[in-house]
Amino acid sequence: MSLSVERLKQLKRALFLSALLPLLINVWLAVQDRLGANPIESLTRSSGDWTLYFLTLTLAITPLRRLSQQHWLQALRRMLGLFAFFYACLHFTTFTWFDHFFDLAEIGRDVWKRPFITVGFAALLLLIPLAVTSTNAMQRRLGRRWSQLHRMVYGVALLALLHFWWMRSGKQNFAEPILMGVIIMILLAARAVGPIQRWIRARKGLSHSLDAEPR
Amino acid sequence: MAEQGAGIIMLIKIPRYNEPLASEITPSEIAYSRRLFLQGLAASSLAASGWTGSAMATDSSTRQRLPAQRNAKYSATDKPTTYADATTYNNFYEFGTDKGDPALYAGSLKTRPWTLRVDGDIKKPLTLDLDMLLKLAPLEERLYRLRCVEGWSMAIPWIGFPLAELIRKVEPTGNAKYVEFTTLADRAQMPGVRSRVLEWPYTEGLRIDEANHPLTLLTLGMYGQVLPNQNGAPVRVIIPWKYGFKSAKSIVRIRFTEVQPRTSWNLAAPDEYGFYSNVNPEVDHPRWSQASERRIGEDGFFTKKRKTLMFNGYPEVASLYSGMDLRKFY
Repeated sequence: MSLSVERLKQLKRALFLSALLPLLINVWLAVQDRLGANPIESLTRSSGDWTLYFLTLTLAITPLRRLSQQHWLQALRRMLGLFAFFYACLHFTTFTWFDHFFDLAEIGRDVWKRPFITVGFAALLLLIPLAVTSTNAMQRRLGRRWSQLHRMVYGVALLALLHFWWMRSGKQNFAEPILMGVIIMILLAARAVGPIQRWIRARKGLSHSLDAEPR
Repeated sequence: MAEQGAGIIMLIKIPRYNEPLASEITPSEIAYSRRLFLQGLAASSLAASGWTGSAMATDSSTRQRLPAQRNAKYSATDKPTTYADATTYNNFYEFGTDKGDPALYAGSLKTRPWTLRVDGDIKKPLTLDLDMLLKLAPLEERLYRLRCVEGWSMAIPWIGFPLAELIRKVEPTGNAKYVEFTTLADRAQMPGVRSRVLEWPYTEGLRIDEANHPLTLLTLGMYGQVLPNQNGAPVRVIIPWKYGFKSAKSIVRIRFTEVQPRTSWNLAAPDEYGFYSNVNPEVDHPRWSQASERRIGEDGFFTKKRKTLMFNGYPEVASLYSGMDLRKFY
């Protein structure tokens, strides 16, 4: 099944607006002073959560498309990925602005000294080349290497997950990291299904040909 | 109100309480003088009325007043944190690990009748109920800074009396080197106890000289009233120069021992939380710096976090640790 160009455009517009909702709701709550006793922590948590949600949604597109044969889904993937980057930037902004008030030396020390922050920062850095090369023109220019480069998102998801798990380890509150971890692992495992099948088929083919050989 | 968060919005965690409270509307100076006036009138009659915990236990007007004399010597000059912030942003894992959980779920805690057992290496073991506790020593109000190990702080007017008063009454033997606090762990009243986040019951401990320090407060109230459930009702301890988790809540047993007590957070993560856990800007938590802190309600969007003070700004306790390497005994 396919979608008309017009319907797909509408769908993308709707997705764009709903992806902005978490930001808008948070801004609205902040203005009304309704973010609780520690509004800054609340913003940091929320932007971090949404980074992970959008990363997960981005990773879900390909398996969903294959499973459902709804190939228009592919057209949403870039926007989801860019929103993951957008919320990651907001997350980093809350950290640099509110946590350290733009004190670069302090930020550098924190990023370097604390593996939990190092890991999150690495994930953000790795997202930058993916965002930069997300245009059609770049995709054409890079050709095969584009897909190789964008496989880096698997690593980003794992780093983000580790960052989240580490953050929660203080409270030993792993329910959400485990849930997100299981979902992401399933999405990553789905990508291995095709290659494994091909490998098994290839081996079978090989053993057949071996069997056929005269002893 | 509690059902406000639904669907997608739930993920954004809208705070449940936003109505201004009586204590917020009334300037605190006026509220305090009014309270002093009421204290004389109402002290005895109110002391007899029951404490009914409600799920929405953040409305200051519903709690029982607790008369106490302000102790200026032990009161910081910091601006008190608002009652609303102090009662909706709590770490009390027996009611859940989210800091909004205690305000939501502590209503189920029954604080009367309550029994506090005092035993161990003492000559006069005691079993106290709340009325006995309230009469054990004159109640004082002290505004203490509270520094959480997570990097935020508050300033709270507690009501209680020095733990030393109780210690004197039970006459510790020469073996009593430490004091252990055991807190309530009742699955029926505390939904968080079902989770295995920590080992229950929550236990904390102090060296006997720390417990005897005049700053260590056996605490029964705050903001002129009995303790709200989410703040550790009906009786807790406050050790203002240590990270907040040392100040055990809803205590059912105080035991004097010769060996250092096992403490819950130290058991859970020994490399992150030591037995002493004195506020110390120079010794970082492995996952974050302890050099600065955010004062809840004050340090916000356009101000830098404030510097954390050694011993949380209580230098008089330094002599307790002379000769000790505070990096080793964190």
